[in-house]
Amino acid sequence: MSMVEEPLYPIAVLIDELKNDDIQLRLNSIRRLSTIARALGEERTRKELIPFLSENNDDDDEVLLAMAEELGVFIPYVGGVEHARVLLPPLETLCTVEETCVRDKAVNSLCKIGSQMRENDLVDWFVPLVKRLASGEWFTTRVSACGLFHIAYPSASEMLKTELRSIYGQLCQDDMPMVRRSAASNLGKFAATVEYAHLKSEIMQIFDNLTHDDQDTVRLLAVEGCAALGKLLEPQDCIAHILPVIVSFSQDKSWRVRYMVANQLYELCEAVGPEPTRTDLVPAYVRLLRDNEAEVRIAAAGKVTKFSQILSPELVTQHILPSVKELSSDSSQHVRSALASVIMGMAPVLGKDATIEQLLPIFLSLLKDEFPDVRLNIISKLDQVNQVIGIDLLSQSLLPAIVELAEDRHWRVRLAIIEYIPLLASQLGVGFFDDKLGALCMQWLQDKVYSIRDAAANNLKRLAEEFGRDWAMEHIIPQVLEMATTSHYLYRMTILRSISLLAPVMGSEITSTKLLPVVVNASKDRVANIKFNVAKVLQSFVPIVDKSVVEATIRPCLVELSEDPDVDVRYFATQGLQSINH
Amino acid sequence: MHGGDEVVAAPGGPPQQLDWKFSQVFGERTAGEEVQEVDIISAIEFDKTGDHLATGDRGGRVVLFERTDTKDHGVSRRDLERMDYPISRHPEFRYKTEFQSHEPEFDYLKSLEIEEKINKIRWCQTANGVLSLLSTNDKTIKFWKVQEKKVKKISDMNLDPSKAVGNGSVASSSSPKPCLANGSSFDGSYDNLSNDFSPPPGGLPSLRLPVVTSQETNLLARCRRVYGHAHDYHINSISNNSDGETFISADDLRINLWNLEISSQSFNIVDVKPANMEDLTEVITSAEFHPTHCNMLAYSSSKGSIRLIDLRQSALCDSHAKLFEEPEAPGSRSFFTEIIASISDIKFSKDGRYILSRDYMTLKLWDINMDSGPVATFQVHEYLRPKLCDLYENDSIFDKFECCLSGDGLRVATGSYSNLFRVFGCAPGSTESATLEASKNPMRRQVQTPTRPSRSLSSITRVVRRGSETPGVDANGNSFDFTTKLLHLAWHPTENLIACAAANSLYMYYA
Repeated sequence: MSMVEEPLYPIAVLIDELKNDDIQLRLNSIRRLSTIARALGEERTRKELIPFLSENNDDDDEVLLAMAEELGVFIPYVGGVEHARVLLPPLETLCTVEETCVRDKAVNSLCKIGSQMRENDLVDWFVPLVKRLASGEWFTTRVSACGLFHIAYPSASEMLKTELRSIYGQLCQDDMPMVRRSAASNLGKFAATVEYAHLKSEIMQIFDNLTHDDQDTVRLLAVEGCAALGKLLEPQDCIAHILPVIVSFSQDKSWRVRYMVANQLYELCEAVGPEPTRTDLVPAYVRLLRDNEAEVRIAAAGKVTKFSQILSPELVTQHILPSVKELSSDSSQHVRSALASVIMGMAPVLGKDATIEQLLPIFLSLLKDEFPDVRLNIISKLDQVNQVIGIDLLSQSLLPAIVELAEDRHWRVRLAIIEYIPLLASQLGVGFFDDKLGALCMQWLQDKVYSIRDAAANNLKRLAEEFGRDWAMEHIIPQVLEMATTSHYLYRMTILRSISLLAPVMGSEITSTKLLPVVVNASKDRVANIKFNVAKVLQSFVPIVDKSVVEATIRPCLVELSEDPDVDVRYFATQGLQSINH
Repeated sequence: MHGGDEVVAAPGGPPQQLDWKFSQVFGERTAGEEVQEVDIISAIEFDKTGDHLATGDRGGRVVLFERTDTKDHGVSRRDLERMDYPISRHPEFRYKTEFQSHEPEFDYLKSLEIEEKINKIRWCQTANGVLSLLSTNDKTIKFWKVQEKKVKKISDMNLDPSKAVGNGSVASSSSPKPCLANGSSFDGSYDNLSNDFSPPPGGLPSLRLPVVTSQETNLLARCRRVYGHAHDYHINSISNNSDGETFISADDLRINLWNLEISSQSFNIVDVKPANMEDLTEVITSAEFHPTHCNMLAYSSSKGSIRLIDLRQSALCDSHAKLFEEPEAPGSRSFFTEIIASISDIKFSKDGRYILSRDYMTLKLWDINMDSGPVATFQVHEYLRPKLCDLYENDSIFDKFECCLSGDGLRVATGSYSNLFRVFGCAPGSTESATLEASKNPMRRQVQTPTRPSRSLSSITRVVRRGSETPGVDANGNSFDFTTKLLHLAWHPTENLIACAAANSLYMYYA
């Protein structure tokens, strides 16, 4: 048995628990590894703690993951950058485990440490580590190796660099698809560190091999590499090497590859410049917009605005718009939905005239789509169109459709419309709003669905904020108060809720003269639920209204409620009284 | 049609008839021992190297076996000399470990019991010496990792483990309030340490790291992922993709695609559920990925067709790339035609060129380049054809027999009743066929089962023996003990070794 002085006790426990049977305690200790390291001092951390961690690497994945993360920021605890290399061995073992997330974290930490290490240390320790991992027996180590080359490469000697490039080339042709995938997804990072001459020759050769891989999952990642590599290459090289690849990818047999191209294509336009974009990429993109796989069209449709922003308006009108028109009546609702969520962004690109002439009919047809998602996506971006075509035209053409949606039979659609009402109100202005939408806002207060009623109450508050007190006094308050005696208690409750929301906006004067009497009146309701809600509303009024009003009206009412036969009413009334006394 | 025992291998032609010998048995029944339902084996699978074998049973357990003969070269020279023929070393396995993969569950929403029975096991890519596999019951697929863990013997603690709470096996609380060795207690939590604690630059010499002494290991199985809630019907197959990243699971009406790393979502790739369930005429019975082409998979149906689909074509593979169906022979239609046409299992050959399918009466081998009909058909138990009515009455006609191909693709095997299984040569020109019994003497049955009995004789004997027939054996001496069926079997990926399940026993034969 060993004796430990009292102040060290907690650390002693922490250290002992590194090997506890309870995984939670081990995890806890690993998360406090820096505390342990500081207690042991730099030298013992290097000589004892780190080797200890390297040896005890068959722990549960959760513990290993935590260890991989902690070690990434451990340089200060081992004595600074000159000793950073002692951290490599434990992380190297963590790079070999079979759980992907642990390996990824270990690679990440190695990169963090490697990027701080001194150049000769990198050559002496980091590069050999990468080479060991790259020639590992299990595929897991080789997968990890791929993510470390971009750290190892820059400081290596000419000869070593040649070797590293050739090792990377081999990893790209590994037997295991997992390794090839890792090599493909890390190629962009590695390529960024390689000298241009080699980039053009060797790296492009590697890339070319990956694009011909027979595993779809590898080729998918190669597509991702296109944009990254394209940005590294000079335009003429990009046109020579990347452009043909992406064009052929856009016609790949596998829809998943085409899907990736549809997502990435716009990023390449800048890399190749305007002319090849016009001659090659636009036709490729248009093909993708008309792909026979819906998933590909969804991806392509989702990028239509981003793509259009890069092109000249003429090109857009000439090539993209016809396909967009087709997509607006696509057989797949998801395609139309994707289109609806971005198509508004095309308005600024095309300008007013073209928008009115070409886009507006598409908006309108999407707005009348049978699927709610499509309609909602259009409504949510209305402000963008407003800026281009102006309010008159917008209200003329879109308002009827919106009114129709406000009474949609799907409550989620109605809910979404309510959420956009304040936005619409601000776009349309008071005039239009009163005519068309005012009545709807009241109607929602008596919706069958609670969420709609609740949203409607909130909406009134936001409208009052938007248009001001005077407007609210005229257009909201009378109608709301009128409904306070409606026969259904759930609707009366909604009114109470609206009142409590409106009160802070309307201010002390209106609250005490207009709202309070109605609430006090409601305290005599038959239904207990109404009564305790009254108590809650009254409580919320206390900070808003004058002290004298509190004493004269609110307190007596609450006192009365606090003697109610119902226990809940008494509870909330007592709470209200307490809040007055404070 | 192949069949018959008198195989004369043509010189230079098809391979020799294999001489099957008993190798091993695990869980052999002693005489009179009753088989527990939970012990009945319901899945068998070799891993890719053939060094490991997994079985699943109705009790939800998975048992792993490992090959031993590749590790030791144990046969001594004297033993070899004593034998009058050269010993052919054959794979031998030993019990490695077992774990409880699935537990019985209850679906409260549907008021359905979910059995723990393991329907299928599939091995995943081994990494770092850690074995990993997928196991599934009717509803839930689980990903298991089996690895060796060091048995820890920790010494040299800072605190006396017997006295300090929060150490050793006593520990369970997450906020330990430890007692010091001298009896006083420490109330502060170490969570506030980092702020007000600054150790001397040289560190604290009295602190020690625990020392782990024991290097013994034991095997530990951990469930790493659970892929659930994706199947409305019973899962009949799972299959790994060659990309090492994805796998499929198939139930009666749908096939879902999963990423091994992601258990929260899957993609539906095949859906044969009609809008109106009354229009349902066909269900999916088995599905398997192509062994090398990551985009191809095949699934079989209850109508006896096999569809090959290409995942590249579209996201939802409603249309097949190829359909393999045998045209119905005219005039042979009976009440049972459709029932016995249902395919219970399909397997790709190792090179992916052929698909083997098993329906109730036959094994069929299909060339994936030829969809007009099978390249070979093997009758498994033709003598049962007159008995279809009985088999229907006792539901045996719905038994799902599995099938397997040898690693070299030259032979195929499948099970039958009375614990028999059949091996056929499928190389062009081969007439090899063998009937084996899952017992220590596999060839016992062959003597008494002439596969080509003379017509007249059989009808005579039947007349003669009517009335005094011993139960379970028909006039030809063919037994049809429906309760002892051999449903599950697997062929070693590289050698001629078959593992098969007879109730709760695992038998292995080599040639």
